[in-house]
Amino acid sequence: MEYFLELFLGGLTRGSIYALIALGYTMVYGIVQLINFAHGEIYMIGAFTALIVASVLTLLGWPTLAILAIASFAAVLYSSCYGWTLEKIAYKPLRKAPRLSALISAIGMSLFLQNYVLLAQTSDFLPFPALIQDWEWMEPWAHIIGTPEIVIILVTTTVMVCLTFLIKYTRIGKAMRATAQDKDMVMLVGINVNQVISFTFIVGSATAAIGGVLIASHIGQINFYIGFIAGIKAFVAAVLGGIGSIPGAVLGSLVLGWTESFFTGYISSDYEDVFAFVFLVLILIFRPAGILGRSETQKV
Amino acid sequence: MATLDEIKKSALASLWFMFLTFPIMVIRVNTVENEIEWRWTNLLFIGIGSFILSFVWRYMIKRKEIGAKEADESTDIKVSLGQRLQEDRRIYMPALVFISICAIAFPFVFSMYQTNIMITALMYVILGLGLNIVVGLAGLLDLGYVAFYAVGAYSYALLNYHWGLGFWTVLPIGAALGALTGIILGFPVLRLRGDYLAIVTLGFGEIIRLILENWNAFSFGPSGIANIPRPGLFGIELSLHQNIIYLYFLMIALTIFTIFVVNRLQASRIGRAWIALREDEIACQAMGVDKTKTKLTAFALGATWAGMGGVVFAAKTTFINPASFTIWESIIILCVVVLGGMGSIIGVIFGAGFLILLPEYLRAVSEYRMLVFGAVLVAMMVFRPGGLISTSRSPYEFEKAENSKRNA
Repeated sequence: MEYFLELFLGGLTRGSIYALIALGYTMVYGIVQLINFAHGEIYMIGAFTALIVASVLTLLGWPTLAILAIASFAAVLYSSCYGWTLEKIAYKPLRKAPRLSALISAIGMSLFLQNYVLLAQTSDFLPFPALIQDWEWMEPWAHIIGTPEIVIILVTTTVMVCLTFLIKYTRIGKAMRATAQDKDMVMLVGINVNQVISFTFIVGSATAAIGGVLIASHIGQINFYIGFIAGIKAFVAAVLGGIGSIPGAVLGSLVLGWTESFFTGYISSDYEDVFAFVFLVLILIFRPAGILGRSETQKV
Repeated sequence: MATLDEIKKSALASLWFMFLTFPIMVIRVNTVENEIEWRWTNLLFIGIGSFILSFVWRYMIKRKEIGAKEADESTDIKVSLGQRLQEDRRIYMPALVFISICAIAFPFVFSMYQTNIMITALMYVILGLGLNIVVGLAGLLDLGYVAFYAVGAYSYALLNYHWGLGFWTVLPIGAALGALTGIILGFPVLRLRGDYLAIVTLGFGEIIRLILENWNAFSFGPSGIANIPRPGLFGIELSLHQNIIYLYFLMIALTIFTIFVVNRLQASRIGRAWIALREDEIACQAMGVDKTKTKLTAFALGATWAGMGGVVFAAKTTFINPASFTIWESIIILCVVVLGGMGSIIGVIFGAGFLILLPEYLRAVSEYRMLVFGAVLVAMMVFRPGGLISTSRSPYEFEKAENSKRNA
């Protein structure tokens, strides 16, 4: 039972991280119908920025809590800026082009950003400082769940709540939902579509950066390649839940997190990554609309 | 020319990029010795570079817009350079003779090293032409193309290891296995919409690589398979040098064969069905084209060439392991197709030449290869979606048809 609980909570942690990244995919897809292939790279850049800032501040001898706050802030700031710039360069000129072109452009951007970090920094794994300290009162449960995991779950929940609020009740959230439904109509009623799209990219990148900081301080090491696999898995989660749907992304992430956790815990850990891909293929074949997605008929 | 307003815009862009790249380009932390390295010169390069590039960017965008407007206004069909070269016999006959002489003389004039590079480039031409069927003609973005390449390479390596089959026996087997995997993988996924298809094929590519890496009993895992024999020539013993020359001519023959087949396919019924399907799926179905069958043929034919390329690759390197078949390999091949011009044969040849030969000769900057590939993909999509040498479909000429009717 204890092993089950450990796997369950492990899956929950994993799922939370996937959810933070999957949100960016699903929001962008909902609004511009584009798979933002470079999203995983934005997450990686967030983690790297946090690592760099944290290392510099550690050498200057700042207190841990301040480092955590500043590093997270820097990660979110820079990821948002990268997300915004990415959209301006690689996707905006292609808004009217066929979807295939935008996808190829996204792949190119992903390749570019990966190699940019590889060349500017290093190809080795860098140790990430443990920014989240263990809480003492957590001691008795430490063998089942550690403090970082609790923090990850809490932060994810907070982000989800804030995001739901943002989309449901604010002006820009309303504009986002409207843009997702009908872009031409939205322009007619005087909403600046470009602004809405930019905003979506910024929010998506910011959540990905939070995920980046959390996972990096949890696992303890990062390199330039972490974005690729994480991005693919988050994409699987988004598709599983029904791409374009925000609750779907969270649900899909949790399902993926749990299945992966139980699969590796009870069966085998050799084929962990294969598993995610097989999962993706099966969903797309049998239920392409995902768990919460609506299936659309193609119009002429 | 450059007005004050433009300079201001560029200066802002350059400041923005300096800010954006600051933590990653400037600071490098040495975690072992706990030292920080500040690389301020990088910031200077970024600033100047983005200042100049933003001018280029705006100029290109403007040119593209003007081009789009002109294309809208003019009614006559523009004939691209590639098309002109292909159609004018006065140009292309001498060019063909010249290229053939160069190709035949190449291994005797240049060193073994150069010949080897040329073999690699030809390999990418073949792979590019194969992928061109899938991406360029049928419009299906296949990101797992390298999986079929791996199937070909491993089928030669394993068949040779277990049963000692030779290169020439395995070449058709590899091609057939490639096609078979193409059909098996293609059948369930081809119903999907374009961008989903891309991700699923990417997933398949990774699944095959991960299986090859983990299933030690079958594929010998990450250590790979060594001592794969080179292709035989009627049992004659060849020295290493002769062998490479032999392989070179084999590749030339294979390339010519590929070009011939793709060229014939393009003009055939099925080729036209692919292009129609790429342009408008629903209209195409309404015209009575079987969507699944047509797409599956494209997938299978593309995979056939990848399988064949894989066999040759195994024979060329004499050693294979899963590391040669990563997703990035698929993306390099995609880059070859996109740069040259999707759907254009000459384009793919030029694309392969550019992307494979240039980094080989510019060894000093070869570490920037993948960075440049990424930038090329983005820039091509933004500025020249048709590629360097874009195709234009040969228009149906009424006069010619009438003349021939009159003559008859």
